Amino acid sequence: MDFASLVFYFLAAILLLSGLRVVTAKNPVHSALALVLTFFTAAGLWILLEAEFLANALILVYVGAVMVLFIFVVMMLDINIEEMRKGFWDHLPLAGLVAGLMAVEMVMVLGGDRFGLSAPTAKPAGYSNTRELGLLLYTDYVYAFELAAVILLVAIVAVIALTMRRNPNRKAIDPGWQSKQTAEGHIRMVNLKPQHPDYKNKEDDE
Amino acid sequence: MDYLQQLLGPAWLPIWTLAKIIIIVLPLLIAVAYLTYAERKIIGYMQVRIGPNRVGFFGYRLIGLGQPIADAVKLMTKEIVLPTGADKPLFLLAPVLAIGPALAAWAVVPFTEDWVLANIDASLLYIMAITSMGVYGVIVAGWASNSKYAFLGAMRSAAQIVSYEIAMGFALVGVLMAAQSLNMVDIVNAQRGGFWQWYWLPLFPLFLVYLISGVAETNRAPFDVAEGESEIVAGFHLDYSGMAFAVFFLAEYANMILVSALTSIMFLGGWLSPFPFLPDGFFWIAAKMSFVLFLFLWFRATFPRYRYDQIMRLGWKVFIPVTLIWILVIGGFMQTPLGYLFH
Repeated sequence: MDFASLVFYFLAAILLLSGLRVVTAKNPVHSALALVLTFFTAAGLWILLEAEFLANALILVYVGAVMVLFIFVVMMLDINIEEMRKGFWDHLPLAGLVAGLMAVEMVMVLGGDRFGLSAPTAKPAGYSNTRELGLLLYTDYVYAFELAAVILLVAIVAVIALTMRRNPNRKAIDPGWQSKQTAEGHIRMVNLKPQHPDYKNKEDDE
Repeated sequence: MDYLQQLLGPAWLPIWTLAKIIIIVLPLLIAVAYLTYAERKIIGYMQVRIGPNRVGFFGYRLIGLGQPIADAVKLMTKEIVLPTGADKPLFLLAPVLAIGPALAAWAVVPFTEDWVLANIDASLLYIMAITSMGVYGVIVAGWASNSKYAFLGAMRSAAQIVSYEIAMGFALVGVLMAAQSLNMVDIVNAQRGGFWQWYWLPLFPLFLVYLISGVAETNRAPFDVAEGESEIVAGFHLDYSGMAFAVFFLAEYANMILVSALTSIMFLGGWLSPFPFLPDGFFWIAAKMSFVLFLFLWFRATFPRYRYDQIMRLGWKVFIPVTLIWILVIGGFMQTPLGYLFH
């Protein structure tokens, strides 16, 4: 067994174990962190396939941004895991169907040569995965790519439009107005007499 | 060296790589130790104090040069307190998650044309991916401590780092458009030709955005709301003591040095000399990194801490539009005969 397959089995074992922890962990934060580990190991496996752009993008997008926000939310929720386990038997048929479909797909990919798929071949030295992907995305698949970008933009705008509340009592301060303020008109100098009871005011004596 | 290579046979490559990793990490850790000393001295002088000047070597004070060593020994011998309500495995994992990315990112940083551990094509992407992992140390620490101050610090830090990462990423998009490569050695080589050819000039808005976002990403003053001594005690590392705290400290300073190295490489020409008649070399990148690190310390001594909503406004409403507009400007100019200005 060469070094690359050793690395593959090591990463695959971690991937499976952490994937298992995602569904078995009692604490939702633990399962979210296990999902982070799953993504990270999957990125390692993609590096083994010489797909360095996808691997880095997976870490950058899913681990670095999506999961951070996900954990951010999960940490603040008080999730009762027993409550969630109650629906287990009701959802089992649907989950079983999805699992069966995924298993069929995996068999078709893994036994690819029987279904007319060719195995990926090793690329020559100097082959840049990133450059090839960029060329394909902006030439052959440019419409699909732009469409995906527009859908994401629409989603962003929609989310902002849905969550925006125009509260008339908003206490937010306009920073432009704020930085223009000076002491003038906001501070009034008052000549105040001492108020302490032990202090005898001279003016009272006179 | 050839003799050693023959002696070790197939074990040569891993052993030689390990040796190279040590050659990078050991000076880095020494630099971290002396950066804390430099910080205390420089801020001391800026505030008309002397700073640490007692601890030296062999009975000599040596203007306090022994201070970082004494601090390290003190932190190593202190007890690591585990809070009763803490999630113990995650509590101990958090410092590791903080320091891991801070050290792993150095794998692709080129110090000169040949001094680079892994000269890979997608090194810029790798740096962005690995540095985006750094936030987990903070979040996990804040959550596992089971303390409201630590948790507040973690939430502030998560929101801040995610916001500034976008601006930082866009700033780097400008750099890779100008250099037309994701490889950091190529990025530096694209800046050949002296001081006025470095990318700080054509990409000046991106340079500013990257530098300031770098300060925010490392949770340094004036963006240190994650620690915010006056509001949330010490934020996410409130419950850490001894070496566990020291590891967070190491990670923060290693990240500062990393950001200074990246700023030098992307915008200040890396190891290239500013004048054509002087030779290029490691000296230049060290000088540039020291300059950027000095800026970090200078910021801390000068600016009061940002208010939280001001941080968010700066990140989302100022930096992201600025970077987007400048990317458009670069892309537009590249279609005209003036495109050479940005290469």
